[in-house]
Formats: sequence, C-alpha cells, structure tokens
Amino acid sequence: MKLTAGVSLKPQHFDEAERTRADGLWFEVHAENYMVAGGPRLAWLERIRSCHPVSLHGVALSLAGDAVPDAAHLQRLAALVRRIEPALVSEHLAWSRLDGTYFPDLLPFPRTTEALQRMAANIDLTQQALGRRIAIENPSHYLPLDGHAWSEVDFLNELAVRTGCGLLLDVNNVFVSAHNLGGDALAYLDAFPVKHLMEVHLAGHGVDANLPLLIDSHDAPVSAEVWRLYRHLIARTGPVPTLIERDDQVPAFDTLLAERELACVDPAEALP
Amino acid sequence: MTHTTFLQGFEQALRTEAGHPAMAVYRNTVMKGRIDALEANFPAVLRLVGREWFRSVAALYVAEDPPRDPRLVLYGDGFPEFLGRFEPASELPYLEGVARLDHLWVESHTAADAKALPHDALVGHAPEQLGACRLVPHPAARWLWHPQLPIGTLWSHSRASDDTADLGDIAWVGEGLLLTRPGHEVQWAGLTAGGAALLSACGEGHALGEAAAAAMGAEPECDLAAALALLLEQGAFAAA
Repeated sequence: MKLTAGVSLKPQHFDEAERTRADGLWFEVHAENYMVAGGPRLAWLERIRSCHPVSLHGVALSLAGDAVPDAAHLQRLAALVRRIEPALVSEHLAWSRLDGTYFPDLLPFPRTTEALQRMAANIDLTQQALGRRIAIENPSHYLPLDGHAWSEVDFLNELAVRTGCGLLLDVNNVFVSAHNLGGDALAYLDAFPVKHLMEVHLAGHGVDANLPLLIDSHDAPVSAEVWRLYRHLIARTGPVPTLIERDDQVPAFDTLLAERELACVDPAEALP
Repeated sequence: MTHTTFLQGFEQALRTEAGHPAMAVYRNTVMKGRIDALEANFPAVLRLVGREWFRSVAALYVAEDPPRDPRLVLYGDGFPEFLGRFEPASELPYLEGVARLDHLWVESHTAADAKALPHDALVGHAPEQLGACRLVPHPAARWLWHPQLPIGTLWSHSRASDDTADLGDIAWVGEGLLLTRPGHEVQWAGLTAGGAALLSACGEGHALGEAAAAAMGAEPECDLAAALALLLEQGAFAAA
C-alpha cells in the first residue's frame, strides 16, 4: 500500500484507529513507549499493525551523542522492528543521553565535522542493527550556537550520502527554527535534498510564556503558515508520506483524521 | 571545543540557571518530560496528594534520580522509596506503599506474556504430591503486603476515583494486594499476609509444602486452601 497521510497514534484512539479505513492511512508511535516485554500495550500495537502500516519514531537513540547508542536500547529497537515490521523507522538530528542519563528532549549541538563523523558512525551502527534504512529528522531550534561548520541542510545531506540513511523533514520545525534563530524557512525547504526524503512531519506550535520564541509543542493544529510551506514543498517533491503529529492536548480521533485530509492534497494542485 | 566538551557544558547549563535565556526552553522540556512521566506512572499517588504537591515533590525526585533508561513508561522505580523518606510527607505514612503499588502495576502491565496456570490445575492431586509441587509466579504477577497500613484499599480507591471523602470508613489495619494479568488487562485482589508469604516462597523456588509453612509462619491462622484458591483464581502462577 502506498502511504499517504498518517497521524500520531495515542492509546485513547486505539479502538477507533483499528476500525478506521482510509486510502493510504498509517500511524506513527514513539518506539520507546512499546519497548516492553509484553502486555496490552504491545498487543494493541500489533492489532493496529495487522490492519494499518505503522511507523516507529525513536526519540532516545541519542545519535548525536558522544557515545555509541546504548546497546540494550538498540537491541530493544531491533526486536520491536522485527515484531512490528514498520513501514518507516526514524530518529533525530539530536542528542538526549550523556554519561548514561537520559534527557527527554532533542538537544542541539554545533554541527562540526567531528559531530558529523560521530553521528554518521552511530547511524551506520543503527542501520546495521536494524537491517534497514532509517530517516533522520531536523529538530526545532531555540538557542543560537557558535561553531557550526555545516548548515543543517548540508549536514543532513552529508549524513544521507555517507550512511545511505533517508531524511524526515519536519516542516513545523523548519518554521519554528527560522522564527527563533532568524532564518528563511522557504530557502531551507528549497535547499533541502529531497532525493533523500522519506517522510514529512506537520505539527502545531505554541508561543513561549516568557521569551519571544515559538515552541514546537505538538499541542495544536498545524498553523496556516506551516500548511503554506508544506504545499510549497510538495509542489516540488510530489506526494510524500506525511504525518500529522500530535502529542499534547490530543483532540478527538475524528478531528485528527479531518486534519489529515488536508495533507492528502494533490501536489499538482498545491500552490508552489 | 570538542563535541564532548560542548555536550558536557550544555548538560551543566541544563542543571543550573546559567547560560543563554533560551536554555530555559530546554530546561522546561526536560523537566516537564520527566515529571509528566512520573505523573502518568503514579496515578494513585497523584490523586491522593493533588497535582500541585505531586509536581513539586516530583521535581525534587527528578533532580536526585534522573532517568537512566530511555523508556519513561518505566521511570520512577526509586520514587516510592524517595516518598518514604521525604520529610514533608511523613504525615502520609501510606504514600510509599501506594507508590509501590503504582510501580508494581506498571511492572505487571509491561511484563512478558504467558499463560496462567488454570485455576483447577491442582484438583485431584494427593496432599503429598501437592506439597512437592513447584509453582512459578506468572511473569505479570506482583504483590505487596503491608503489616500496618491498608495500602491495597487506599491504592485501589485512588485508582478508581477522585473522591477521597469516604477514606474515613477504612479500617486502618495491615493489608496486601495482588496484581495479575491473566487476560489482557491488569486486575487486582486483596491478599492476606499468609497468601503473600506463600506466593513469595514460590517465587523463591520453594515447593508448595515449604511455601505453606512460610504462609503459616507469617499468619498462624492462615486458611491455606483459601489462600491458594485465591492465587489460582487470580492467575498468579504461570502455566507449567
């Protein structure tokens, strides 16, 4: 089946998700939430998988960390991949572990050549352990960092060239980062190496209570600006599996499905 | 600056108030992610103490014992013990036990799948055969006995509703609770001191005869047949 648009899957929507049929519909879950020995959580995911394609989105491999991915964690991911046979597997251009402590966030780093080599080696290790290609996602940025030797787009492209990995383009993250760090979201999309593109993420964002920053909060519908950027992108790329990502203030399942319909646009009709 | 030096500096800035104002975004996200996980994993504690108190004590725990496992669905194995020695909570002596039951529920919910020993599996065994039987607890079976406090009642009440008004009716005596998962979902039942000792002895590899002696030791007036029947009924043992 060709993947069209998918939605994040939350436990409260399992039953509706299992019953729903729509052309190209797929679901994405955070891989870590299903890395358990057994029980109802895994059984739910297997039931969904028996009627829909599933994408496993990892948040804790810490591929941009200063160490190789945790061996036990990588084994658990590989076991989950064997069990679920996902349509897509993805991770982030970020780190989330240092000296064995985990940070539930996608942390930034200067894009140096040293970091590139480290991350490429970690992606190689991961793809070998899983026996498949993974996609790497651009994160949201809040903090200007010194010492970048690579632009984010070039860094992602180089990772794809060196490791054969694919890329996951989060359009909301591009928008949020461009706002926060002062960049041009359209120019980012136009420079993005779409030949490596495996998946697109769309999500809503919020405004920080204290600072003039947009926050990639995943707690609201996709904004009009991000939809405009998305249509601009797919006018160039053609159809790409696209996720409506929602992790907080999760609305009714039907509301998510209605938002998903907006991502099922015909690229030929999308405005460049 | 090497990659590692940067990560170490950033991690330090996460723990302090230092650095660029935008560091606050990362600090908030990391803190919120950890506290949200504890809130999800300790729902009975949350209901007993209220959200505001829970989140402030959770923030203290998080600073002392940050996650060492990326699976936040399992985070907080040290939280019950932390609550037990948390001075401001000393007027709520049952909090640690209730937190333990929340954590045992998570363990039961995520434990490996296995068939439970059928409730009539021991029917027809002669007494001496029974005594030599070695029963293995089901992978999802968890249990706890508290000699002084009705933690099972407090916990199950808190899991079920927000209404703590009728806690006055509770008998303040020792109590145990058994969590099992014979089907898809975790279920629970009250457990006596003898029943808990019986199951613990089986878990340590003792034959049923020795486990029965342990049960009588823990609770001299224990009704062994009833205790065993309850364990079998609840699916506390794994199928051979």
